[in-house]
Amino acid sequence: MLPLNIKAPEFSLYATPDQKVKLSELKGKKVILAFYPADWSVVCSDQMSLYNATLKLFHKYKAELIGISVDSKWCHMAFGQERKLHFTLLADFHPKGAVAKLYDVYDEEEGECRRALYVLDEEGIIRWNYLSPVGINPGADGILDALEEMSKNKKAVY
Amino acid sequence: MAFSMRWKKCQKIKKLFIDMLKPPVSEKDHAQGAKNAPIVLVEYGDYQCPHCGHAYPILKKIQKQLGDDLKFVFRNFPIEESHPNAVQAAVASEAAALQNKYWQMHDALFEHQYDLSAEGILSLVLNLKLDVKQFASDIQKEELFQKVEDDFESGVRSGVNGTPGFFINGRQYYDNWEYDYFLNYLRGLLQLK
Repeated sequence: MLPLNIKAPEFSLYATPDQKVKLSELKGKKVILAFYPADWSVVCSDQMSLYNATLKLFHKYKAELIGISVDSKWCHMAFGQERKLHFTLLADFHPKGAVAKLYDVYDEEEGECRRALYVLDEEGIIRWNYLSPVGINPGADGILDALEEMSKNKKAVY
Repeated sequence: MAFSMRWKKCQKIKKLFIDMLKPPVSEKDHAQGAKNAPIVLVEYGDYQCPHCGHAYPILKKIQKQLGDDLKFVFRNFPIEESHPNAVQAAVASEAAALQNKYWQMHDALFEHQYDLSAEGILSLVLNLKLDVKQFASDIQKEELFQKVEDDFESGVRSGVNGTPGFFINGRQYYDNWEYDYFLNYLRGLLQLK
């Protein structure tokens, strides 16, 4: 994983079939980057469904959630619609896994992203990271603790 | 030991300390069983989740087996977009609580999991002989909805990553919860006490 307190590398990926998202466009917001192996995993314990339900808590901290996997933009579109996801899924599809590699969370053997989380502050600096063991949904408690800590520190500075 | 191994071990230890139930069980919770039972089992559940439906009779049997040794607490963890009726079912249980029939409604919802539409829930209200008018006005109360939301938030903050999510004496339980295994595990805990 990339270390803390460095600038998160810039990238630009498809969010919908005709629209790309650049990381730098999100400057001014906290950003949660959730790399995950694949769309369409089991429903009830599914990480993305949980995060969908947790969005309101992320938004309390003015944080934007972004899911990233190597699935294509069309696959993401179908997955997002079927699961009624209310956040952006980015397709790290071509060249495959390039952004995951940039963030040091690519699983060469499986050809998928690892289950890894980064939380960036308003300036795009990495403030928290977590690599989850394979097959374990990391939940959202770590992200929320990190966001809470960040807003506390901010108050202390100003 | 290689760095990655040490790191993994460290994460595991960290998880043991971090995954504590927040907030702890209190008077605000719905609880069954002896007040000072040596084992307090908390379930974060979703009335429309099939896994929770599967756990429901297992937990009933375990409660029966362990008797006064077990206190059982249920907190709401509805995952709305996957289970569109889960929130209204949770609110219905809280409304039934206002008429002192929380657990009857809790059981009825799981036993009636195949239909948790408004009509389905109304039939449960009638079966339980709740005051329908009172119920209809209670389910619109914001504080009941807020209670469900607060339960969900407490679950997320405690590390629940799906349903059912169990905590035993405040610590998250990740292991198997099928009847024989779970009962043995809990009995083992009692022997340690």
